[in-house]
Parts: sequence; structure tokens; C-alpha cells
Amino acid sequence: MAGLTPGRPATRRPALWRPLVLACAGLYFLVPLAASVIFTVDVPGEGVTFDAYSQILGTDGFVTSLLLSLELAAATIAVVLLLMVPAMVALRLGAPRLRPVVEVVCALPLVVPPIAFVAGLGTVLKWGPEHLSRTPLFQTFVAVQNPDFPIVLVLAYVVMALPFVHRALDAGLRAMDVRTLVEAARSCGANWPQALVRAVLPNLRGALLNSAFLTLALVLGEFTVAQLLGFRPFAVWIVNVSGSQAQLSVAVSVLSLLVTWAMLLALASFGGRTRTASASGG
Amino acid sequence: MTAVVTEADPALVAAASVKRRPRRGGWLAVVPLLAFVALAFGLPAVAMLNGAFTVKDPATGATSYTTANMTASVQGAYLTAMLGSVKLSAVAAGLAAVLGLPLAQAVVTSRFPALREAVLTASGVLANFGGVPLAFAFVATLGNSGVLTRQLGLTDKGWDLYSFWGLVIVYLYFLIPLMVLTITPALDGLRVQWREAAQNNGATGLQYWLHVALPVLAPSLLGGLVLLFGSAFAAYATAAAMVGSSIPLVTLQIADAISGNVLVGQENVALALSLDMVLIAGLVMAVYLPLQRRSARWLA
Repeated sequence: MAGLTPGRPATRRPALWRPLVLACAGLYFLVPLAASVIFTVDVPGEGVTFDAYSQILGTDGFVTSLLLSLELAAATIAVVLLLMVPAMVALRLGAPRLRPVVEVVCALPLVVPPIAFVAGLGTVLKWGPEHLSRTPLFQTFVAVQNPDFPIVLVLAYVVMALPFVHRALDAGLRAMDVRTLVEAARSCGANWPQALVRAVLPNLRGALLNSAFLTLALVLGEFTVAQLLGFRPFAVWIVNVSGSQAQLSVAVSVLSLLVTWAMLLALASFGGRTRTASASGG
Repeated sequence: MTAVVTEADPALVAAASVKRRPRRGGWLAVVPLLAFVALAFGLPAVAMLNGAFTVKDPATGATSYTTANMTASVQGAYLTAMLGSVKLSAVAAGLAAVLGLPLAQAVVTSRFPALREAVLTASGVLANFGGVPLAFAFVATLGNSGVLTRQLGLTDKGWDLYSFWGLVIVYLYFLIPLMVLTITPALDGLRVQWREAAQNNGATGLQYWLHVALPVLAPSLLGGLVLLFGSAFAAYATAAAMVGSSIPLVTLQIADAISGNVLVGQENVALALSLDMVLIAGLVMAVYLPLQRRSARWLA
């Protein structure tokens, strides 16, 4: 490149536009964050105060809603991994015909927006009282909607996490030779569960962590399904509290952002060049 | 999708028949997954389809099949909301594509690997950043009593965050990073030799971009564009936490109808609207996937 005389103008100009573009981008992406922090500590008429942050723990509903979200996240991660890991390993080992089926099934939730999904889910839940009130099945409908631990949310979140978990596990499995690994373990006398737990899973550690973190971020930030089904985990609680305590709700948002970002950044550095991209905006 | 099956089959079947033993139980491990999806995803999907095409007579309680809901979902306020969503998503996606491209190019051509890593990692994080915290961050910045609004006196200048353009600015916050992530591999695939060849033939930078780079990038750009469109189209939490339902958006309309905020008996129209959304999202994917494959041809 350096030896080409006509190349010089083309290589000199980027030196100007590149910092400009990066500066504009930096400004756009950093200003709202900085402004949020200023908004929470600089109360008009009171000066700089950290009340918004110190109040958080004592605010009604904070602990219960956060705990509910964390419990839901734990259950979702457990269910999604229990469903996906054996299936994905089996697809690699012995059921390749089903692979396109699973690929399509795991991509379906991307085509159905969460709001459309919850519209369908709400309709199903209404079948309970409408058609099944005299059958034992009715108790199941009541149980899955228990406000202390809404199982129906776990079901919904598992579906919504499928695309990301599929991608993460697929990348993880692609990086290793599952067949050889399992055959080696079997030759050494391991039975199937042993081969899976002691040989395959340790090699999948990165992908499993990846899946777990993405699912955790998804569940902690999820608002649409929970709000429309009438439950009150963390994201719904923030919105409810924002009407009366604007400073506090922004403070909680800032904190939850920092925690989520720290998690995803740790994941990004841990996973090296693994992309954490997804299309889960809003 | 079926094309993929037949394409992959011979090689996979051959591979599977070499080692017969594990094959027997293999599909058993997939059954719980499929059963779960059929229950947790299939059932609501069927309920949505069924509800979109039924009406319940309020007097007799009898249900009958009809296309009235679907017709209602593309009329009046619902049509306005659908067009509002499409317009917002198209404008936001278009702007994000136009703004994301130079940012991605700046990162790709940068001489500092650390900068590249930092921007790509940040993009991965920001692309996942939607929903409630995003809405509140912007309310605190540019809302009625936001920091910038107060400092710069923006309200007097006619600024309103709770408007169409306000929402566009907020949506760009997660759409631009998504664009950077989508387009970076394509920009990486542009060979330095192509630019050198163009320059040796006397082409200017503009000519190189117009006649070489952009045509090669076109499928990736279009693919990114529809992906962003789909992402903005499906967004609900950000708008709901920010503007309530003052801006006509189809997601907000569905939410209102489900929670019975408008007329009783509109639930099935909400299901019809949901079906409309699924159809549009399906269309987006149908455009995106072939483009994805096509862009791989040049940039592999």
C-alpha cells in the first residue's frame, strides 16, 4: 500500500474522518449514561445527593421483585440447559437427521415477536377458567400462574432463550470433536452419563456459561411477557415505581445496567471472540 | 427449509451409518425438547391462529369462524398503528444502517486492534440493551425534566422525547450497535487488493465505493437492514416504558387490547394483529436468510 503513489490521498483522508466518526459515536453512546447518573445524584433544589441509591434497598418491592427475577432466571437456565444440552449432543452423535428440525424449532421464537407470543399465551391461560374448570387440569392452570413463582413465565422465558442458547451451544460443540471424545470415554469404560458429564460437559464449559449469562440477562430485563400476564418481577417493578419516584427508578436502571454489562463484558472477555450479539432489542 | 434437509441428508446419513450404535437412542434425547416447544410455543401459536379467526357471540356464547378480526386488524386505528410501527422501524433501521456503516468501517480500518475489540465488545453489549433501562436512560437525558433538556433549554426549542423522532433516537441506541455487528464481517471481507486494483485503474475513492465496495456489500447491507427492521418492529418495552400509548404502534395496540384497556371483546383482534406481526416478521426472515447466504458468496 505504502508504495502506491495514488494511494496516498485515500489513506490520508481517513485519518480525518475516523476520529470524527468515533467521537460522534462515543458522544451518542456515553451521554445518556452520564446524564442518567447526573439525573440520579443532582436533584433540583437539593444539590448533589446520593439518596436515590441509598433508598433502593429499603424501597417496597425491590427485594421481592429482584428475588423473583433471580429465581425465575435460575429455573429458566436449569430447564433450558437440561432440554438443550442432551439434545444438541445427541444431534452431533447419532441423530443428524433431526438437526435441521431442531435448528428451525430453535429459530421460530425469533419470528414471533414477544408481544405476539404473550397474546397467544394469555389466550391459552384463559382456557383454564373457561373450559376446564370442572377437570383436574384446572389445578394445573392455577399452579402455573402462582404469583409467588409463576411457572408460566419460566416456560415463556425458556422458549425465548432457545435461539441464543442454540447458537451458543452450537458454537461450543463445533469447536470440539464430540464423537471422538465420547468414544474415547466409552473405550475407557465410562457409561453414557459418565461420558457426558465427565468428558463432554467440561469441554463445553465456555458455551454453557455463555448460554447461562445470556439467559440471565434476558430474564432480568424481560418486561413484555411478565407485565402483560400480570406478574411483577424486576423490570415490571421498575416501571411501576417510576411514576412516583423518578430518581429512584433511574438509579435502579443504572445499577441493573452496570450489573448486566459487567456480566456480558466478563463473558465477552472470557469467551474471547465469541459474539454475544442478538436481536433482542426492546 | 426443506431444501436444507435434502441438501444435508446424504452426507449425514453416510456419516451416521458408519457408526450405528449411538444412533438408536439419539432421537430420544431430542424428544423432550420438541415436546416442550410443542407445549410452550406450539399451544400459544395455535391459540393465536384459532383466536384470530374466531368471534364469540356475546349473547349466546357460541363461537364461529370468520375473517372479521383479520379485516378489522387492517382498518382504522389498527391500520394507523401498523403503519406507525412500520414507519418507525423503517426510519430507525435506515438511519442505523447509514450511521452504523461508517462506524463499522472506522473500526475495521483502524490500526489499533484494541479499539476494534473494544468497539465490537461494546456493540455486543449495547445491541442487547433494550427495554426498560434504555427508556429510563433517555428519559433522564432528554425527557421533560431530563438533564440535557434542562441544561440546553430544549423544551423551548420544541424538543419532545415522547414523539416519533424521540423514539427513533432511542431505538438507534441498540440498532446502530446491531448494525456494526452485522456489517463488520462483510467489511472485513473486502479485499485490500480490490481497492488497489481500482486505484491503479485511476478510480477515486468515491468511484471505488460506488462501483466495487457497495455492490459487494449490498446483500449484507440489505440483510442488516431487514434484521434491524425486525428488531425495531418487535420492540415493545422501550416504547411502553417511555411513551405509554401516545404514539400509535402495533405492539402498544396489542398490549392495550390484551389488557382490556379499550373495548371488551377486542382480544381476538389483538390476536389477529399478532398474526399480522408474525407474518411481517416471517417476511423479514424470508428476505434476510437468502441475503445472508448470498453475501457469503463474495465474502467467504
